[in-house]
Amino acid sequence: MLLIPCPWCGPRDETEFAYGGEAHIIRPPKPEKISDAEWADYLFMSKNPQGSHREQWCHTAGCRRWFNAQRDTVTYKFDAVYKAGESPPGGAQQ
Amino acid sequence: MSQSHRLPEGGRVDRGSPIEFTFNNETYQGYRGDTLASALLANGVHLVARSFKYHRPRGIVASGSEEPNALVQLGEGPYSVPNVQATQIALHNGLVASSVNCWPSVNFDVRAATGLISRFLPPGFYYKTFMWPRKLWPMYEHQLRKAGGYGVSPDEPDPDRYDKHNAHCDVLVVGGGPAGLAAALEAGRSGARVILADEQNEFGGSLLGTTYMIDNAPTMKWVASALKELAGMDEVRLLPRSTVAGYFDHNFLTILERVADHLDSASVISPRQRLWRVRAGQVILATGAIERPLVFGNNDRPGVMLASAVSTYLNRYAVKPGKRSVVFTNNDAGYQTALDLDGVGGDVAAVVDVRAEPKGELPQRVRKMGIEVLAGHAVVDVRGGRHVRGVDIMRLNGDGVADGSLKKIKCDLLAVSGGWSPVVHLHSQSGGRPRFDEAKACFLPGPPVQAERSAGSCNGTFSLGECLVEGFTVGAEAALAAGFGDGKPASTIPVTGNVAEEPLHAMWEIPARSDGGGSHKRFVDFQADVTTDDILIAAREGYESVEHLKRYTTAGMGTDQGKLGNINVIGILAHTIGTDLMSVGTTTFRPPYTPVTYGAIAGRDLGDMFDPVRKTALHEWHEDAGALFENVGQWKRPWYYPRPGESMHEAVERECRVVRSAVGIVDASTLGKIDIKGPDSGKFLNRLYINGFAKLAIGRCRYGFMLDENGMVMDDGVTARLGKNHYLMHTTTSGAANVMAWMERWLQTEWPDLKVYLTSVTDHWATVSLNGPRSRNVLARLCSDVDLSNDEFPFLSVRTGTVAGVPARIFRISFGGELSYEINVNANSGRAVWEAAMDAGQGVGIAPYGTEAMHLLRAEKGYVIVGQDSDGSMTPADLGFAGMVSGRKDFLGKRSLSREHTARTDRKQLVGLLTEDPSTVLPEGGQIVEEDATGVPMPMLGHVTSSYRSAKLGRSIALAILKDGHRRTGDAVYVPLADGRRVKAHVTDTVFYDPKGERQNV
Repeated sequence: MLLIPCPWCGPRDETEFAYGGEAHIIRPPKPEKISDAEWADYLFMSKNPQGSHREQWCHTAGCRRWFNAQRDTVTYKFDAVYKAGESPPGGAQQ
Repeated sequence: MSQSHRLPEGGRVDRGSPIEFTFNNETYQGYRGDTLASALLANGVHLVARSFKYHRPRGIVASGSEEPNALVQLGEGPYSVPNVQATQIALHNGLVASSVNCWPSVNFDVRAATGLISRFLPPGFYYKTFMWPRKLWPMYEHQLRKAGGYGVSPDEPDPDRYDKHNAHCDVLVVGGGPAGLAAALEAGRSGARVILADEQNEFGGSLLGTTYMIDNAPTMKWVASALKELAGMDEVRLLPRSTVAGYFDHNFLTILERVADHLDSASVISPRQRLWRVRAGQVILATGAIERPLVFGNNDRPGVMLASAVSTYLNRYAVKPGKRSVVFTNNDAGYQTALDLDGVGGDVAAVVDVRAEPKGELPQRVRKMGIEVLAGHAVVDVRGGRHVRGVDIMRLNGDGVADGSLKKIKCDLLAVSGGWSPVVHLHSQSGGRPRFDEAKACFLPGPPVQAERSAGSCNGTFSLGECLVEGFTVGAEAALAAGFGDGKPASTIPVTGNVAEEPLHAMWEIPARSDGGGSHKRFVDFQADVTTDDILIAAREGYESVEHLKRYTTAGMGTDQGKLGNINVIGILAHTIGTDLMSVGTTTFRPPYTPVTYGAIAGRDLGDMFDPVRKTALHEWHEDAGALFENVGQWKRPWYYPRPGESMHEAVERECRVVRSAVGIVDASTLGKIDIKGPDSGKFLNRLYINGFAKLAIGRCRYGFMLDENGMVMDDGVTARLGKNHYLMHTTTSGAANVMAWMERWLQTEWPDLKVYLTSVTDHWATVSLNGPRSRNVLARLCSDVDLSNDEFPFLSVRTGTVAGVPARIFRISFGGELSYEINVNANSGRAVWEAAMDAGQGVGIAPYGTEAMHLLRAEKGYVIVGQDSDGSMTPADLGFAGMVSGRKDFLGKRSLSREHTARTDRKQLVGLLTEDPSTVLPEGGQIVEEDATGVPMPMLGHVTSSYRSAKLGRSIALAILKDGHRRTGDAVYVPLADGRRVKAHVTDTVFYDPKGERQNV
């Protein structure tokens, strides 16, 4: 069971959290102006890297806050957590 | 029966506490401090089991949790536990156990005949033989399971109690042998919070069964003083009888503590077992090593035991497992057992050593005692069926082939030592990859992946003195890593009389006799009954990957997970396919290390404690009124209120009639309620709902759908505007938590600029809902400060006032199509207001109604239940609400509605169905097909989602999802039933009653 460092509450057991998938996917501001393919890309196409991954978590059984984490999908190591709206450490990722 | 094999003195058993126990219906005596295994051996009972596949007689091989054979059914009735290792059961009064996998008894097993046809039972036999015809597999499986069965599960609920305990520590030490005790001492002295867990009944590990000295005193004296010091440390917790069963991510480990299993039945206190869930800063693995068997003909006969186990039975339990023994070894450790046997007057006939010239100190001592050492020899066969009667020995020539003359020695005990396998299971579970060490001929822990270290023999450090040094060192390192001490061992290292040992000669399989004689049954996995031939066949058939080989032969798949045999399997496979052991590698070690009871895993999360039950403030009233309840999520909702003698159908019909003709009262408190405040609330709701809410007038309500981003309906409900910046949203009962989470997510992640505050207020309010043409009359008698006229308080509006003296919000919303008032009061006043309404309505025949009537009433009106009439793949248009979709604003899911497939007009859509025979009620879930549909599978057009008998309409009605349904009004479709009939029905509109909605607008 993962130990997840909530940026508000500190380290807590995984059972207190909900996973929210890839972070930093921005909802298209004008959905009606974009093509079906672009909309599908927003809806369905998320990264599935072997290694470092920026993802969303929610401390559902705690502070109920959404936050972002940078986690290695191979080692499960949390390299960083940061609050929603904050920039990821080390800038944008490919 | 006397304890014929008990030594007159010595051991750690308490001779002042004799214990009577029952095994296979015989009564025996042992002592406190015994295990079931040691007590059986003390009584000369070797034969305790029959093997899994061939039903061969099997005896006790080991003394610890690596025991593959001695599995017993422990206890009786509901307390019974199957497949417990006799070596792990602490003897106590009232203990009852029996052998598993034998019939009618362990001494005479009719299925032993399978041993005679064993050459027809090759690996993969079951796959190869019983797969055709396929439909008979369930029958085969049933019979095979019986023939191959281990113990049986009790068929009554377990009366014992189990606990769970969460704990945190700086350093968790696994194993209480010399290395573990040293590590715990060092870490404890640094001030770190330490948990020391050990699976045995006593701390001491291997020291319990050996005769070594520490600081010129018996080792247990050092153990006792170490335990005393540890017990005196505030931050140290000692857990004996506690197996660390699982090592998971981020240093989370589970420990099974057997709290009461060792106590006399009469004195059992609760709980029986406790499952510890430990988050450790640092982990020290001091799990020891397991001795390996050697692989030779008939090596599974009762009386063939691990040499270290023989020593343990002698030294710890004062039990001599045989009268005349032979030791067979490939290393120096076996000689210690010969010395131990000799020391208690055991008649050691010979030590057989595969090494050509053993010259170490222990072999020298053995020779000095006058015991014959047969160097360069091997045991090639064992004589005797239910017990060892003698061994056949041959010289190994230079090429490692057994030839020369056969030497026969009579004996009743064969002690075997094939070297040591470090217990790397937990290291492997933690993510580490064991590496093969050629010099030590064993797998050792690889680089750590988590914050763990290994110390002692599990790390390949086999001598006592080095174990202690490593324990202290690693204890200091772990403490430092956890923030305590300076990383250097502060303890004085005790002095041990280390004996230098010569290297072993790894021999995974003893060569067959050059003359072809002797038995070919050479077992590598006792529990799974896998022989060397099985491995050769599997390798020949292409199962060269150790993971494939494991599954094909079942080697290592028993409850012992191949603790003894896997290394030999790997060695023989490597030899067969001409590679080295590192290339073959180990199979994956998975939790648990030893079996964990379901009781411990479940703990107290059973029955009423499995899931919280939510009751409304009116629950007791419903109970008093005789309501039957329905589960809706975690909520208990009144289903219907039968009167004496009434069937469900009659009660529901009566409840519906009351609502349609007078007034019914229903508890709607479970409906999800979310309080929304803030200047951007209207803007936010506009983004959530498909229709507009920003311009909703204060005091008005509106029904709306919300979609997921895929454009599919996820919830519906009525939202009211209570003030300029204040809304109250109603959600479905079961969708409330999801909707709340959905709204929070968007506010926090995508729209943090919106000033909106959400509060779940579902439980704050009790909702007393009056429905029916007389509901206004009833409310008027309870409420004088709200104008209830239709002009002043129309349908879909909300007023604030006083009902039965209690401040209330009154909503004119309806889920049954009648004039309706939902009265919301604070939950504590709910029952008073409900009872006042019952009193006020007595004159007009008010009656309570439940969810069944409520659902029937709404179905008559064609109101959908999201999740029943829709299934996460339906758009508003599919449900007939295309007109509700706003064209003027964006909202979640809107863009998806115009995607090519989603915008199609022939999707599955919600329709009404009327059966041709009005008395036939379609089954919900029934599939819809065309008249001419034939064959299997026939094209399915949709399914029935809601179906009732409507007394008001005098016929059955149904809602259904139908392909291209909106264009098929009037068409006949068919619903095939399980009994072969096909019910004909016509497609209609979804509203069966009061299609203009006049009754709710009066």
